[in-house]
Amino acid sequence: MTASRDPGLQPERTRLAWRRTALAMTVVAMLTVRLALHAGPVGAALAALAVVGWGVVVQVCWRRATGTGVSRTGGRVLAVPGLATAGFALLGAVLILRGL
Amino acid sequence: MWQTIRNWFDPQELRSVGTTPDYRFSLANERTFLAWLRTGLALIAGGLAAAQFLPTLSLAHLREAIAVALLLLGGTVAIRAVDHWARTERAIRLGEELPASRFPAVLALIVGVGALLLVAAVLAGAVD
Repeated sequence: MTASRDPGLQPERTRLAWRRTALAMTVVAMLTVRLALHAGPVGAALAALAVVGWGVVVQVCWRRATGTGVSRTGGRVLAVPGLATAGFALLGAVLILRGL
Repeated sequence: MWQTIRNWFDPQELRSVGTTPDYRFSLANERTFLAWLRTGLALIAGGLAAAQFLPTLSLAHLREAIAVALLLLGGTVAIRAVDHWARTERAIRLGEELPASRFPAVLALIVGVGALLLVAAVLAGAVD
């Protein structure tokens, strides 16, 4: 697509938005792992779970950020980072309440 | 409810309604979703940081309450972002009005009231 057709550079802006989201997800994953590693053997297992979840999400983000992506807008890939984010929230809440 | 959740995972069904819009509208909707997701992630990061880096507060379990409240708020924002993306995509395809939502106002009120409560707690000396 040429600049005259798309002066707003929509695909590029979308790719950058996916990259920012992957970075934010990485911060949350690191904080979750740090919290989990203070919670004993069960915590170590939950930390591993957090790392796997982070890997899946970052892979989705990366594919969206590096592909042209225009013909495949939206779709089920959006539910993956959305539900993973909710999963990190739930995991964090469980770890905090376990530590009380 | 079940139908709603199915719509998140079944883009083929979403793509079968209405007509395919200019791809720029879909990309804009996707970016809005990502911005909401980052809002949720920021709330979650705040909650995780509160739990790990705040000192123990003199009011019992206040630190944990703040952390869990932020985490639940962030999780809600993320789930709602997926749902709002699907409903907006559907509306764009059908040429309907975009879905109206009270959620941003409610979220702003919750965050604002929470901040005021913390200011009050600091002034009252509950938080050193």
